[in-house]
Amino acid sequence: MAVLVVADNDNLVLRDGTHKTVTAALKLSGDVDVLVLGHGAKAVADAAAKISGVRKVLLADSDALGHGVAEAQADAILALAGGYDAILVSATAGGKNFAPRVAAKLDVAPISEIVEVVSGDTFVRPIYAGNALETVQSSDAKKVITVRPTAFAAAEEGGSAPVETVSGSDAAKTRFVSEEMVKSDRPELAAAKIVVSGGRAMGSAEEFQRVIEPLADKLGAAVGASRAAVDAGYAPNDYQVGQTGKVVAPALYVAIGISGAIQHLAGMKDSKIIVAINKDSDAPIFQVADFGLVADYKTAVPELMDALAAAGK
Amino acid sequence: MKVLVPVKRVIDYNVKVRVKADQTGVDLANVKMSMNPFCEIAVEEAVRLKEKGVATEIVIVSIGPAQAQETIRTALAMGGDRGVLVTTDADPEPLAVAKLLAAVIAEEQPGLVLMGKQAIDGDNNAVGQMLSALLGWPQATYDSAIEISGSTAKVTREVDGGLQVLDVDLPAVITADLRLNEPRYASLPNIMKAKKKEIVSKTVADYGVDIAPRLKVLKVTEPAKRSAGIKVETAADLVSKLNTAGVL
Repeated sequence: MAVLVVADNDNLVLRDGTHKTVTAALKLSGDVDVLVLGHGAKAVADAAAKISGVRKVLLADSDALGHGVAEAQADAILALAGGYDAILVSATAGGKNFAPRVAAKLDVAPISEIVEVVSGDTFVRPIYAGNALETVQSSDAKKVITVRPTAFAAAEEGGSAPVETVSGSDAAKTRFVSEEMVKSDRPELAAAKIVVSGGRAMGSAEEFQRVIEPLADKLGAAVGASRAAVDAGYAPNDYQVGQTGKVVAPALYVAIGISGAIQHLAGMKDSKIIVAINKDSDAPIFQVADFGLVADYKTAVPELMDALAAAGK
Repeated sequence: MKVLVPVKRVIDYNVKVRVKADQTGVDLANVKMSMNPFCEIAVEEAVRLKEKGVATEIVIVSIGPAQAQETIRTALAMGGDRGVLVTTDADPEPLAVAKLLAAVIAEEQPGLVLMGKQAIDGDNNAVGQMLSALLGWPQATYDSAIEISGSTAKVTREVDGGLQVLDVDLPAVITADLRLNEPRYASLPNIMKAKKKEIVSKTVADYGVDIAPRLKVLKVTEPAKRSAGIKVETAADLVSKLNTAGVL
């Protein structure tokens, strides 16, 4: 049984989700290849070759692949699908965009966002915003699976797999126009060791920036937000932590002015340590927090900044 | 242009989900059911396209139990023109849903399919992409803005790390993300009017689609509960606890 892992990358950098998806793949088979879809992404392929346990790296190049156009991505994968029993993809917005296309073309049921590999055909996946876990057994000969990266440890580096070039693909009816990426010196939300998130209590975008961002910078943390804060326009959607946003599992998650709606908890409850600062002592966030501080963030965050400074941070 | 909007009847997003004691699934008995929130956004967008004169007719399609008719009525009250209900008591998987929708689309020949990016029950986030693949139409998922001009659509997509703009040929499958719009509440007169709108009843057999499941659900369980920790009194106390925990 051979498994193809599709690398999570932005043409320049191989993202950590790839290493985690390789870990899931290695539970299925010892023959794991990594496919890099991109444009000018040789450095990404070289990085993938260093992941321990990878047999070989395949690099497909085209303009459309570089822009993450799903039709092109799916076609490039389908051209190789014959040689594999399972295709594993990180459950990022990009991965979830093309993986179901591949499944439809192969006439198989996609298995979405798995958090555990039980056996070669049986997997655990969250449903109902993470309020239930479903164990499913696939009867399809070929499996198309998206993997929730936070549920798996990253595969180690230390390999030296060969890199082969395979043919790229294009999309006839879809054209890339432009993109607007959020520029930030902060770590990426999904991979950050510490995340500081703000909620609706912030009251405005200005307040969100004034309160959350300096604290995040002091901690070297990524910035997150609850869906309520995103809905209210206080933070960009890219910050959204929750079932409909990003699922994170950092070592430390600091929730400020977040009440803890079910859908938000679904996105962060696997964090190692959760800190909640909220003036409502009955807020549901306290039911999952390791350390709760019942206080108005307006006084608590400056005090926290001072206490961190006093502790040499 | 005719716009087709598939909608799904799901557990209301405010209801606390309970796993059945026998681990066969989630308890849906006597639970409030509503239209999937992302489907609501898609319906709203279709209605706005009609108000702008871009859409000429909005066809609402649902696949599900007889009660899914109520979900279609809700969409009709928001501004849909007519409905198609494909009745089944099975809970078809995304692949089967995509095949059924493709069959409905072959009959209806819409110029655009607008649908939610995912349903909040199965959380698969798959049907739009699969439908697009089966139809051979462009796919434009996770959209926060849609601009139709002539035979193409310019869409703004919520992607990892920011926004992406694509230009797709029509017909296409477009899926709605959270920020696309804020769905309206149907007015009482429109709810009354919706009662007279036509809903055609179909069965899976009418379309000859095999909806046999490919995934066998072995069990449904509750996730491990996280227990509440301790309350700290001051920020300084918090920092010392975090230092001890080794996470700073």
